[in-house]
Amino acid sequence: MKQFQQAGIVIFVISLLLFSVLPFIGSYKLEKETLAASVKTEHLGVMEEVLAPMVGQEFSSNFAFMGEFNRLFGGYNDAMKANQQWDKVIWDNYAFALTKASALGPVSQNPHFYLFITVVFGVVGALMYILPMYRGKPEGIKHDGIFFSSMKSKGLLGILTGTWLILFYIVLYWFPEYLTNLVLMVDPISMALSGNPASQWFLYGFVYTLAIIVMGIRMFRKYRGNAYQTIRTVSVMFFQLAFAFLLPEIMVLMNMPWHDFKNIWPLDYSFFYDYRIDGMVNAGALGMFMLIWGIILIVLGVPIFTYFFGKRWYCSWVCGCGGLAETLGDPYRQLSDKSVKAWKIERYLIHGVLVFAILMTGLTIANYFTEFALLGQATNQLHSIYGFAIGSAFAGVVGTGFYPLMGNRVWCRFGCPLAAYLGIVQRFKSRFRITTNGGQCISCGNCSTYCEMGIDVRWYAQRGQNIVRSSCVGCGVCSAVCPRGVLKLENADEEGRINEKPILIGNNSITLNA
Amino acid sequence: MNNRKIIIIGNGIAGITAARHIRKKDVGAEILVVSGESDHFFSRTALMYIYMGHMKYAHTKPYEDGFWEKNRINLKRAWVDTVDFQGKKVEYRDGGTDAYDVLILATGSKPNKFGWPGQDLQGVQGLYSLQDLERMEQNTKDIKKAVIVGGGLIGIEMAEMLASRKIEVTFLVREENFWDNVLPKEEAQLIGRHIREHHIDLRLGTELGEIIGDSSGRVKAVSTKSGEKIDCQFVGLTVGVSPNIEFLRNSELGTNRGILVNEFFQTNIPDVYAIGDCAEFKQAPAPDRRNIEQVWYTGRMHGETLAHNLTHSKAVPYKPGIWFNSAKFFDIEYQTYGTVPTALPADWDWFYWEDPKGKRCFRIVFGKSDKKIKGVNALGWRLRHAYFDKAIAEGWMMEKVLLHLQKANFDPEFFDSPHKDVLAAYNEQYGKSLQPALKSLFQNLFGTKV
Ligand SMILES: Cc1cc2nc3c(=O)[nH]c(=O)nc-3n(C[C@H](O)[C@H](O)[C@H](O)COP(=O)(O)OP(=O)(O)OC[C@H]3O[C@@H](n4cnc5c(N)ncnc54)[C@H](O)[C@@H]3O)c2cc1C
Ligand code: SF4
Ligand code: SF4
Repeated sequence: MKQFQQAGIVIFVISLLLFSVLPFIGSYKLEKETLAASVKTEHLGVMEEVLAPMVGQEFSSNFAFMGEFNRLFGGYNDAMKANQQWDKVIWDNYAFALTKASALGPVSQNPHFYLFITVVFGVVGALMYILPMYRGKPEGIKHDGIFFSSMKSKGLLGILTGTWLILFYIVLYWFPEYLTNLVLMVDPISMALSGNPASQWFLYGFVYTLAIIVMGIRMFRKYRGNAYQTIRTVSVMFFQLAFAFLLPEIMVLMNMPWHDFKNIWPLDYSFFYDYRIDGMVNAGALGMFMLIWGIILIVLGVPIFTYFFGKRWYCSWVCGCGGLAETLGDPYRQLSDKSVKAWKIERYLIHGVLVFAILMTGLTIANYFTEFALLGQATNQLHSIYGFAIGSAFAGVVGTGFYPLMGNRVWCRFGCPLAAYLGIVQRFKSRFRITTNGGQCISCGNCSTYCEMGIDVRWYAQRGQNIVRSSCVGCGVCSAVCPRGVLKLENADEEGRINEKPILIGNNSITLNA
Repeated sequence: MNNRKIIIIGNGIAGITAARHIRKKDVGAEILVVSGESDHFFSRTALMYIYMGHMKYAHTKPYEDGFWEKNRINLKRAWVDTVDFQGKKVEYRDGGTDAYDVLILATGSKPNKFGWPGQDLQGVQGLYSLQDLERMEQNTKDIKKAVIVGGGLIGIEMAEMLASRKIEVTFLVREENFWDNVLPKEEAQLIGRHIREHHIDLRLGTELGEIIGDSSGRVKAVSTKSGEKIDCQFVGLTVGVSPNIEFLRNSELGTNRGILVNEFFQTNIPDVYAIGDCAEFKQAPAPDRRNIEQVWYTGRMHGETLAHNLTHSKAVPYKPGIWFNSAKFFDIEYQTYGTVPTALPADWDWFYWEDPKGKRCFRIVFGKSDKKIKGVNALGWRLRHAYFDKAIAEGWMMEKVLLHLQKANFDPEFFDSPHKDVLAAYNEQYGKSLQPALKSLFQNLFGTKV
C-alpha cells in the first residue's frame, strides 16, 4: 500500500509540473482575422495599424509574443499619453484575448490530451495517495509528525508550495495572458457547461472546485469517525460544486449574468456595482430574484442564521473561501499565529476592510441613484483600488498563497469583510458558543495549536470560560483534538453564554473567579 | 502584607497557579518563581505531544512569555540546593542566594525506580521532565524495539509516543489488566483491547526481572520474572512517581514520602508551605482522597487555595469537591466523576453498559439501598462535568441520572450519543421501562437550555 501511495505522489507531482510548464509551450501567431474577432470595432482600425508589424509572424514563445505586443501596443498608448491625447488611449486589456486566440501550440489542437495528463492525472495521483490513508488504523486524531513535516511546518516543501501558489495567483490576477494554454485546455468543459469559451476565471473556478473535492475526500479519511467534520465537509463540497461552479455556468448558458447565489456582500464586494445591478435588473424575474435574494441574505440571512448557529453556518459550512481553507488548507491549520499581538492586528485589519467595503459600496450606490452626478466615474477608481488591494492581493495572493506559511485562514481572519460582519453578530447576539467542560482542561495546548483562526482557545478553557470570540468559524477542530473532552460547540440559551468571571468546578474551598 | 518577598520553588501548575492568584489579590508582593527545569511554565501533560510531533515545546506554554513581566512575576532558572529555613533564604546550586518572607515549595515529582538490576543502563529511563523528553529523543533515535514497564498513565503515553515513531513496543504490566488498580475489570479490558489494536505487544501479569546491558553499558534486553528474554534498545520505566524532595531531606522540614502539610498547606515551619505533587497531607483531605495528590487538577486547586489564604486574613482549609479526572488511552478518552471503585463494597451497586463495537462504555455506581449516585466512568464518551458534579453532590437517584443522560452528553454535535442505548440496556437488565424526555426537532436544531 505504501508503494501505491508513493506512486500516487509521483504521479501527482509529475502532473503538477506539467501543469506548471504547460503555459510555456507552443508558438503564437496573430492573424488578421483573429484581431477582427477579438477587438472592439471602434478599436479595430488603430489596433490593426499598431500591431501590423507582428501580424502573421510566428513567435516561438508567449514571452516573445507578449514582448512584441507590449512593445507595440504599449508604445502606442505611451505616445498618446505623452501627447495628452487621452481620448485616443486604449484602456481595454486585449492581451489575454489576443494571446489565447493566437496560440498555435499543441494544446489548442488537442486540449483533451493535455487536460488528461495534467488535471485528470493529478487528481488520480492525489486520490491514490489519499484513499489508502490511515487504512487499518483506528479512528482518532491523526497528527503524528506534523511538526516534523517539511510541508506542514514551514520547511522547504512548505515554502516551495507557498511560492508556487503565490506565483500562480500573481499570474492569474495580473498576467493571465501567460496562462492561455491552461485556459485553452479547459475550453471544452466550459463550452459544454455554458456554451462559452473559458476565461482564466473559469480555469480558476475549475481547479478550485477540484481542490475542494479532492482535499475534501482527504478530510473524510483524516477525520474518519468525526461526524461533525464529515458532514461539514460534505456541505462545503456541495456548495462549491453546485452553487459556486455549476449553477453560475448554467446561468450563463441561459443568457443570465454569472451569479453565485451563496456569495454575500461584502465578500461579494461587486454586488452593488452598477454593471452588476444593471445585469440583474435587466435579466427579468430571475435577475430580480438574484438582487432581492442577495439583499435578503445581507439584512436577514446573516443576522438570523448567525443568531441561531454562529458564523460557522457560513464560514465553515457554505463559503467558498472557507471551503478551500477547510480542505486544501487543512494541513496548514497549525501555522496560524496565536499571539495577542496577532489578535490585535487582526481586529484593526478586518474591521478596516469592512469599513472600506461599506464606504465604497455606499458611495457606489449613492452615485448610481444620482445617475453619476455625485462622483462621476470616481467610484471606478475606488473599485479598482479595492479590487486590486483587497479582492486580488489580499484574498488571493496572501489569503491562499500564504497557506503553508501563515495558516489556512489568513484572509478569513485578517481580511474578509463578511467575516467581520458575521463576527460582530456572533460576538454580541448569538446562541453559539464553545462550552468548556468544568475543570477538565489540562492546558496541553492542542486546541490553540490547531485553531486555524489563531484563537488561544486554551486561555479560555483553562479558566473555565466559554469561547465567544467573533473570529471563531466553528470548524470544530479544537473540540476534536482536545484529549480531555473539554470543548463542545453548542447553540444554546443566551443566558450565561458570556461568562466574564468563570468558575472552575471542583474546588470547594473557595469560590474563585479565575 | 506589603512588599513581602514570596519565593516559589517550582514553576509547574501548582506553583504558577499560586503565583498568579497571589498577584491578583496582592499588588505589592514581590513574587519570584524558581525552577531548574525550564525558563517558563509549560504543560507537563503535553510532553507526549512534543515527541509525537503534534506540537512544539512553545505550544505547550499556556502563557505568552511577556505575561510574566506584565504581571510582575519574576522568573529565575536555577536549581535550589538548600533552603536555610533559619536565615529564610534559598541557596542555588550555581551560587547565590535569595531571601524570602514566605516560601512555597511546589517541586513536583520524580519517576520511581525500584532498584532493578540494570536500571541505570543507557537507554533506560522514566518520563517526567523536559530533560527526560530530550533524553528519550536521543535514546530512541533509530531504534527498533522498546519495552515499557508499568501499566499506568505515563506507561501508556510512552507506548503511544514510541508507536508514533514506528518503534515496536512490548508493554509489561504486572497486573491482570491494564491500570486495574483504578479501573474496574471491564474498562481495563476494553483499554487492553484497544492497546493491542494499536499493535502494542501488551503482556499482562508480567513482571520485570532484570534489565540486561551490552558491553558498552547500553540496554540490549530485559528479562521477565518468568524468565523470558525480550530484546530491546530502550526501556521505559513508568512505575509511578514520588515527591521530588531529596534536597529538602535532612533539614528541619517535616517530611515523610512528601512534605508534610496540614489542610492549610502549612509545613512544620512558619511561612513555609507545600503544594502540588510534593505535598503530603497529614490527614487525607477527604475520605476518597489520598494523602498525596498527584494530578494536574489538584495541583491547580492547591495553588488556588493557598493563594487565597496568603492574601486573605481568614485562611480556609483545603476542601476538594467531587473527584474528577480524565485521560486518553491512544484514541479512547476516559472521564470519571465521583467515586468508582475497582471492586464493589457491600452496600454498593453498579450498572455497566458497553457499546457492541467495544470501544465505548459507561458505568454508574450507586448505593444498593438508597440508589443514590456515587460516581461514573465513561470511555469513548464525553460527559458534562457540571451535570455529574451536581448530580453527585446533590445525591440524585441513579434512575434520574440515567433519564437525563442526554443533558450530560458532551460529545460534539452529530455524534450519535449513546444515552438511549444506556437507558435501553438498563431497562432490559432491570426489567424497567424508563422513557427519556424527548427533545423536539426544534430543540435539536436550535439547542435547548443546558
Ligand atoms: C508525562 C506526564 C503526563 C501527565 N498527564 C497528566 C494528565 O493527563 N492529567 C493529570 O491530571 N495529570 C497528569 N500528569 C501529572 C501532572 O503533570 C502533575 O501532577 C503536575 O504537573 C504536578 O504539578 P506540580 O506543580 O506539583 O509540579 P511540577 O509540574 O513537577 O513542577 C515542579 C517544578 O519544580 C522544579 N523543581 C523541583 N525541585 C527543584 C529545585 N530544587 N530547584 C529548582 N526547581 C526545582 C521541577 O524541575 C519542576 O519544574 C502527568 C505527568 C506526566 C509526567
Ligand atoms: S475556536 Fe475551535 S471551532 Fe473556533 S475556529 Fe478555532 S478551532 Fe475552529
Ligand atoms: S486541548 Fe483540551 S485539555 Fe488541551 S488545552 Fe485545549 S481545552 Fe485544555
